Amino acid sequence: MDQNSDACVIKIEEGIKLIPGANAVVASIDKLVNWGRTSSMWPAVFGTACCAIEMMTTGASHYDLDRFGVIFRASPRQADVMIISGTVTKKMAPVMRRVYDQMAEPRYVIAMGSCACTGNVYNTYSTAQGCDNFLPVDVYIPGCPPRPEAFIEGLMKLQEKIKNEHLRWSRWR
Amino acid sequence: MVGNVLNPKEAAEKIKEKFPEEIREIREHNGQLSVIIRRDRVSEILKYLNSDPLLKFDLLKDVCGVDYYKKKEPRFEVVYHLYSLQNRCLLRLRAEVPEDDCWIQSSVDIFEGANWPERECYDLFGIVFKGHPDLRRVLLPDDWEGYPLRKDYPLQSDLGEREWKGYLDVIELAKKNMEFETK
Repeated sequence: MDQNSDACVIKIEEGIKLIPGANAVVASIDKLVNWGRTSSMWPAVFGTACCAIEMMTTGASHYDLDRFGVIFRASPRQADVMIISGTVTKKMAPVMRRVYDQMAEPRYVIAMGSCACTGNVYNTYSTAQGCDNFLPVDVYIPGCPPRPEAFIEGLMKLQEKIKNEHLRWSRWR
Repeated sequence: MVGNVLNPKEAAEKIKEKFPEEIREIREHNGQLSVIIRRDRVSEILKYLNSDPLLKFDLLKDVCGVDYYKKKEPRFEVVYHLYSLQNRCLLRLRAEVPEDDCWIQSSVDIFEGANWPERECYDLFGIVFKGHPDLRRVLLPDDWEGYPLRKDYPLQSDLGEREWKGYLDVIELAKKNMEFETK
């Protein structure tokens, strides 16, 4: 069919076709939904230590996360991504888990910095050895702290992951 | 302003005069003077240092604890750093606290600012400050067991059986909630 109707169908991307005559886009719903999700990853910021400063830098005008559709939200209810930036103490763990549980599906977690990934050098009584002990982490960004470029790379990696998702709907929908 | 600057040695001598049996030792190291005292009348000594018109140690810079595990007896020390704004003089008081009878008098009634440092000292060393108005843990969760800055406390994050219950609960909860994650 594609060969015959080349003139009236424009292929935008793999799996997405535009039909100018009918003013319509033909794509799988996965593609459309994932496109929407990748371009509006709103993070719930959870700055626990110095990495939060680097995250703020990345959000500010020089690196400008807004151009990727990353807009920081102050409430977990409005957020899709939780960015854990900094050392995670055991005392903070219940709070962190609660914020995560309050986020609406689909939700993702980015562990920013070596502390959030593995605990870094802080192998002490008060420090959790990585937030993946109690949160399902999607992207790990190493660094102490990671440079803004590395942080943006991490966000891109998450976008890649979301783009390749298939039939991710909440089970109550 | 050129005021009279008090030598900490003079202050130490005055304490020795006033409380001769309370002083264990006066030690100088790298130009810093420490007065090592017994813990029993520490409140009186602090009150004297604070109220004496010539000494006037009116600023309590810090209260902290030290653990000399297997190095010294008595095991603990509570260290007071006192400063006299008027005399520009810094004095260090070290009160010895034994392990089996682990308490010292609170100095909150003399120095209001001793409240949280004393709580911190209690939190991390387990030294009880008698007469403290609100002796609770200040950094760690209320139901934490043990005193982490003691030398015989585990060094690593993995505390084994001593692990804080709240943290174990979170890990348990996370496992339970994994079922509700979309795959």
